[in-house]
Amino acid sequence: MIRFQDVHKAFGDRAVLTGFTLDVADGETVVIIGYSGTGKSVALKHVVGLLLPDAGDVIVDDHAVSTLDRTALTALRRDIGFVFQFAALFDSMTVFENVALGLRRRDLSDDTIAERVRDALALVDLTGTDDRLPAELSGGMRKRVGIARAIALAPRYILYDEPTTGLDPVTAAVIDQLMVRTQERLGVTGIVVTHDMRSAYTVGDRVAMLYEGRVRQVGTVAEIQETQDPVVRQFIEGRPA
Amino acid sequence: MIEQVGRAAAEAIKAAGRFGQFVADMARALPDVAVWGRLTLVQMRRVGVDSLPVALFIAAFTGVVLALQASYTFTGTVPLYFVGTLVGKTMMLELGPVLVSLALAGRVGASMAAELGTMKVTEQVDALETLAYDPQSFLVLPRVIAGTAMFPVIVALAVLTGIVTGWLASLALLDLSTQEFLKGLKLFYRFKDTWFGLFKSATFGGTIALVGCIVGLGTRGGAEGVGRSTTRAVVYAAVLLLVLDAFWALVLLR
Repeated sequence: MIRFQDVHKAFGDRAVLTGFTLDVADGETVVIIGYSGTGKSVALKHVVGLLLPDAGDVIVDDHAVSTLDRTALTALRRDIGFVFQFAALFDSMTVFENVALGLRRRDLSDDTIAERVRDALALVDLTGTDDRLPAELSGGMRKRVGIARAIALAPRYILYDEPTTGLDPVTAAVIDQLMVRTQERLGVTGIVVTHDMRSAYTVGDRVAMLYEGRVRQVGTVAEIQETQDPVVRQFIEGRPA
Repeated sequence: MIEQVGRAAAEAIKAAGRFGQFVADMARALPDVAVWGRLTLVQMRRVGVDSLPVALFIAAFTGVVLALQASYTFTGTVPLYFVGTLVGKTMMLELGPVLVSLALAGRVGASMAAELGTMKVTEQVDALETLAYDPQSFLVLPRVIAGTAMFPVIVALAVLTGIVTGWLASLALLDLSTQEFLKGLKLFYRFKDTWFGLFKSATFGGTIALVGCIVGLGTRGGAEGVGRSTTRAVVYAAVLLLVLDAFWALVLLR
């Protein structure tokens, strides 16, 4: 279980999170929606300790992330896969090496690593791309390699940061299906940060809207679609102010 | 005025604190040999082998110029075999280490800052952390160790090249014999000339790599930020290198 407990975070004078509280139960996928620059990615990075809160904390499996030392944080990160907005693939490594990198931190034989990389690439329909460099891939393929890199680790949690941003509608739908398939097959707990409502409705068990640093509303997809909250309505309908 | 000084002092203290923390983090990553060991070999090739052409080119011309300038300065007053002394001493003690390191601050330091800066702004450094790697052991230690280990090798070859070209220039252009050149070369030679030059080259190499890593990993703001970091890394490294040069002269040559 992941719990955001009254998380506050500011960068200089700019307060980004001002009491962000949200619970993500085991096995569910929660989508965090919100306007650009409202701190969705910032919230996500707190889960893996890439950012530390000014106040409050994120609790993962009863561990307060901000209190963990380097060793404990590394151990926690082994349970969490992170899919970055622009995939964050290592330019100088092939697709195979990118997916294998996290596995090399574990006591696994080369054969086991190769098998898990192949399985992960097959799950994202990228079999046969092992030797290609990230620069030779399309945006959608890069995102899929990013997902393969996360699921190859067999994590208990996967965090997706804007997984469909910048993709054409068909490729975005492919990524959505992939996230659903990953959740179904591996049973992982997921948090998806996005402002793509079609994606949110497809992959989310629940949807939370982040507004002015805190959760404005959280509910099932149906509840969000029927909301009477004017701020949430305006956002999900994409109406200008 | 007082406020400005206070603010500058506070910033300087913060920067020193950040530097101290960075070095402490680097030391903490030392036991992670399984990660940095293999990557250090890759960096040693990049820093060492790839930098050799530039270093040898600079040294070759420096040797020629030194011989000619020495001859020009000594004409009629000092025996010409002192050309060998000046070429040898200057190459070993100063021009070999400093000139080569300054040139490589542009090549090695800038390339490290640009590479790590790009990794930082494209979230590759964050990705490393989420894959349970410590950026210090994966990115910083291999570069700093490679810089420290390879600069003395590069400088040694550069010094040798400079002396050889100085000798060839003396033979071809100054009517100096090989015996005379060697006599000058050996005249005031001390073993300290060699280790002093190589030792400070190692500190220059480590400094250039460290500055490239610190500045690169501190990059913010996309392509423009990477450009800024690259320039900053070269300037900081060059300044620090000259300060270190003076420091070692003060500490070791007095």
